[in-house]
Amino acid sequence: MSTLAIELVRRARLRQRSRWTAVTAALAVAAVALCCAMLMLGNTIYPVRDVAAVLLGEEVKGAAFAVRTIRLPRMLAGLFAGFAFGVSGYVFQTMLRNPLANPNVIGITAGSSAAAVFCIVVLQAGRGVTSAAAVIAGLLTVLVIYGLARGRTFSVGRMILVGIGIQAMCNSAITYLLLIAREYQLPAAVRWLTGSLNGIRMEELSWLIASVLIFTPVIVLLSRPLQMLELGEQTAVSLGVRTDRTRVALIVGAVVLSAAATAVTGPIAAVAFLAGPIAVRLAGTARANVIPAGLVGAALVLAADLVGQFAFPVKFPVGILTGIIGAPYLLYLIVRMNRKGEL
Amino acid sequence: MRRGLFLPKSFFPVFLLFTALLVLGAIASVLFGARSLSVQEVLGGLFGAGEGVYEASVVQKRVVRTVFSLCCGAALGIAGVLMQAVTRNPLADPAILGVNNGAAFFVVCGISFFHMNTAREYIWFALAGALVTAVFVLGIGSMGRGGASPLKLVLAGASTSAALSSLVTAVLIPRLNAMDEFRFWQTGSVGAGTWDSFWLLLPFLLVGAIAAAVSAPAMNALALGDETATGLGVKTAFMRYVAALAGVILCGAVTAVAGPIGFVGLLSAHVIRALLGPDVRVLVPMSALAGAVILTVSDVAGRLIGRPGELEVGVLTAFIGAPLLIMLAMKAKVRAV
Repeated sequence: MSTLAIELVRRARLRQRSRWTAVTAALAVAAVALCCAMLMLGNTIYPVRDVAAVLLGEEVKGAAFAVRTIRLPRMLAGLFAGFAFGVSGYVFQTMLRNPLANPNVIGITAGSSAAAVFCIVVLQAGRGVTSAAAVIAGLLTVLVIYGLARGRTFSVGRMILVGIGIQAMCNSAITYLLLIAREYQLPAAVRWLTGSLNGIRMEELSWLIASVLIFTPVIVLLSRPLQMLELGEQTAVSLGVRTDRTRVALIVGAVVLSAAATAVTGPIAAVAFLAGPIAVRLAGTARANVIPAGLVGAALVLAADLVGQFAFPVKFPVGILTGIIGAPYLLYLIVRMNRKGEL
Repeated sequence: MRRGLFLPKSFFPVFLLFTALLVLGAIASVLFGARSLSVQEVLGGLFGAGEGVYEASVVQKRVVRTVFSLCCGAALGIAGVLMQAVTRNPLADPAILGVNNGAAFFVVCGISFFHMNTAREYIWFALAGALVTAVFVLGIGSMGRGGASPLKLVLAGASTSAALSSLVTAVLIPRLNAMDEFRFWQTGSVGAGTWDSFWLLLPFLLVGAIAAAVSAPAMNALALGDETATGLGVKTAFMRYVAALAGVILCGAVTAVAGPIGFVGLLSAHVIRALLGPDVRVLVPMSALAGAVILTVSDVAGRLIGRPGELEVGVLTAFIGAPLLIMLAMKAKVRAV
């Protein structure tokens, strides 16, 4: 290869890397802007100054309560849950090399939801137990789906079919649990069926925030091997990836993230599924898109929640909006994969 | 070429078994419920000999409910067979293909935007919704190479169904009264069945059953592949439309009167196929019988499990039916994606 060619490749790479950095930065700015909007908007609109003052611990008349007890937990829940869903969706999609394979479609979120509802309704358990149960149920669901889909040869397609069945079972179990729930527990029903940021309190968030802060770095550290896994099992092995170990670590990380988020907000439809492809489309594939996918997820949840709260005469829970946005994209994806003969 | 109906050897034992189950299920459905009644009280209520007016009305409600659930189950059983035959896909079921949710969405729109409040008014909406969704899902699912594979159809159905259920909730949330009215309709229940809804369902059930009977021989030929069927002189395209339309009418009508009930057609068609083989002419009536049994027994079970309230039958059938879906998925030849 001539030096010119090498130089051209190097420049193209550099350009892609700087694009990735720029897009990631832009996504971060967008997420922060949406967070500010979440804190400022509401029945009364508070200026940035007041919000900042409240966050710094000052007592601003009126604003202190609304911002600190209502808007801040809501914003944090949207931010961290969106981030967690985005990252976990991206990990599954990349690892299984199929945009359809994500915690929502293959039923992991439904398993976590069912466990969380069981803890709340039947055991009347606290937050810690509920979150732990959601995580364990998520991991068990993965194991069950993987075991059932393995057959003679593992196929992601079969995994998705089995997952749809598991999801139907979990959803009917959730409906049953909501039936035997006490009446005062019922308002939470919407949350467990569609996902919502309503009425989340600060204390509920600790588990979610902790898991995001612990497992995102783990996944970022594993993002090189993740990219190699995307090239296929054999290529990854020949590039020196310990595929089994990496895969288990990635799955555990992704499931913990999605389950911790589900335990707080319920299954917010389609975020896990949309975030990865959007991030890849925006940032390119110069680097693994773990962080961009998380940021896109957070931005999606926050934006959808703002729209749901303020764009209509009634308030819609965020999961309804993301569900309506997500489904056409899913159908488009199926159509496209059909055309290419990938299904 | 016309082949005489050759009944499998096990036909009569299976027929007797399901008839017995049907009778037992019907008796159980009248006997058990949220309120415990003794056999004497039930008999009294049935034949007007008892003194308790309350018991009589409870028993009469249960009789209606039983008849109604038998009809719904039969309709769903036939619909399951037809959909599986038309799509040549073992996983086809109104719930899996999203047809139920399509009907539900149209009904909810009818109630919210056109102020309909009886099944008589919105049954046409339900049928239209079922039809539109079926065409849409089959269209998306059969694009690309290889026609409608199980995975494509199920994915198209599942995502359409998810979109529709979001839309249903979005339409209902601002209208609390509609939401209340439709909270339990949405999960599927035969408990709201009245003689009115029974009479409303009956013509659709009859039309669907006749269309199924007419198209059954063609469906058998279709199982051999389009070319072979055409070679045998069967008008495949036309009969396919007849069968598909019959399937949609059956499950759309049931959804209109009882709410979306899933997996009954899948279950009954597979149970009967496993017992009696793939002849559609046998499958249609026997799957109707099995569907009636499954729905009625699930309804009784739902009443017992859900005491003092009741568990909607749609929830229960999904819980029983989904494992079958999983088993079929495990066996299905899915291309490694």
